[in-house]
Amino acid sequence: MELFPLFNSIRIAIISTIAVFFLGIFSAYYISRANRLVKGFLDVILTLPLVLPPTVVGYLIIRALGPNHPVGIFFQDLFGIKLILVWWSAIFATMIVSFPLMYRTARGAFESFDETLAYSGQTLGLSNAFIFWRIRMPYCRQGILAGTVLAFARALGEFGATIMVAGYIPGKTATIATTVYHFWRINNDEMAMRWVLINIAISAVALIAINIFEKRNLTIRTKNAS
Amino acid sequence: MSLTVNIKKRLENFNLKVAFEAGNERMALLGTSGSGKSLTLKCIAGIEKPDSGQIVLDGQVLFDSQKGINLPPQKRRVGYLFQQYALFPNMTVEQNIACGMWQMTRAERQKAVAVMIERMKLNSHWKKRPAELSGGQQQRVALARILISCPKLLMLDEPFSALDSHLRWQLELELAETIKSYEGTTLLVSHKQDEVYRLSDSVCVLNDGSAEQKRPVKELFEAPSTMSECMILGINNISRARTVDDYTIEAIDWGTRLCTGKAVPTGISHIAVKEEDLVFANGEVTNKIKCQVDQVIEDVSSTLLMLSTPGGDSGSSRLQLRMPKTPGMKLGKSDRLNLHIDPARVMTFNR
Repeated sequence: MELFPLFNSIRIAIISTIAVFFLGIFSAYYISRANRLVKGFLDVILTLPLVLPPTVVGYLIIRALGPNHPVGIFFQDLFGIKLILVWWSAIFATMIVSFPLMYRTARGAFESFDETLAYSGQTLGLSNAFIFWRIRMPYCRQGILAGTVLAFARALGEFGATIMVAGYIPGKTATIATTVYHFWRINNDEMAMRWVLINIAISAVALIAINIFEKRNLTIRTKNAS
Repeated sequence: MSLTVNIKKRLENFNLKVAFEAGNERMALLGTSGSGKSLTLKCIAGIEKPDSGQIVLDGQVLFDSQKGINLPPQKRRVGYLFQQYALFPNMTVEQNIACGMWQMTRAERQKAVAVMIERMKLNSHWKKRPAELSGGQQQRVALARILISCPKLLMLDEPFSALDSHLRWQLELELAETIKSYEGTTLLVSHKQDEVYRLSDSVCVLNDGSAEQKRPVKELFEAPSTMSECMILGINNISRARTVDDYTIEAIDWGTRLCTGKAVPTGISHIAVKEEDLVFANGEVTNKIKCQVDQVIEDVSSTLLMLSTPGGDSGSSRLQLRMPKTPGMKLGKSDRLNLHIDPARVMTFNR
């Protein structure tokens, strides 16, 4: 069995999750401290991909990065890089679709942070970077980890936008999701089923990982509280 | 060591206006909740920015709106003990104490932490996390973490509010020791007059955002000089007043004239008397108040009489008298009695 789709899916999901991890955390951090108007506006914009059909996202990506559009032309001319119908095109799609999951869970976590801890860190002479990475992030780690796993699982399962921007080219842009669709279309039930099972297995592992982590956190907390 | 604060800050429904100077002493900010005590500390620490004014610590300008100076909290060298101590939950006791000492070498840091742990009696708690400690131990860790960097100013925000009442006393004794051995200005914030009385040398009463004149603690408790000072000290026996002559004043709400021990200052508008300074009149002719009992309230260790007076509106008690519990006391509602105030105990002030 050709395992390229598995490798490609995981590669896309990992790169997109790393990017979304930082983007999500920083936008969550700054938006959680912005004033209400800015917050309300940006919140809608950044959450929109969660509710839009992936085809709409895919269409917008093609409009933005396609070979006949400014950004696409720019990259083609300057670096000779294609942004559409190559394997990394899917990264744009998965990033946009999974970003809201990271952003919203991280923002929820940041908003529950006890700001006094940051203040006391400042009066103790700790740098703002130290306070962010060593106090705020550990305090919010549960929400941030949950957001990361959700974003990863979502990136792994992305289909609609991916098929539009990366297409289905065996050995080049095929992912697990697009491979299932391909085999179903050509009536190869056995292969379709194999890839379905692979997908279910990976997603289940990711969700089990969240649950185990949450449980462990819970036991640590109750132990500390008693 | 000295601290000069003169700041103004406007919030939505609140105006902060605080000015005081403190030397090398234990000073307190006394006020009800919402009077701006914590906000004042935050401005001094650099967490909040005042709209205008100046904060100078030990000759160093921390904040000056005119010169455009506003040092970040990290550079102010101000120790701030937060109400709930604000220990970092993900770090051990040792890490909490050490984290502010990042500029030291590893060996120096370990030594300094060991000294602090010893001094704060935390020897068996090195590797514990804050959630595993009692309230008192948490406070000692928070103090250790602050004192290790030798701040020029130590600010304590309601240091006992996070504790059960039976733990407070022990902790207050410990904290008194710590403050005593600290060489610098301490600024205590509290809404409890007895804490302030025991733990400070001087005090500044804060009322709805504005600070009264700073004064020695004993003086405040002897002779509160404004309405808000009376309120925070729990003095409820207050009457409008009018000067009659140099040593006589008319208490309008109590319907009587009273002699004063000292010459009546000009511009007096109110007089006050503490509950414990009211006594039953035993044949005295002067300084008498005729009262009628409205209500008898049993308190934990005393009995409180709510009394109405001739000058007062009907139905509102104008005087409170506290007396030791006496078995078989016959006083009841509507009984009449005469009270006496020692002229020296009459407190006069201008609103």
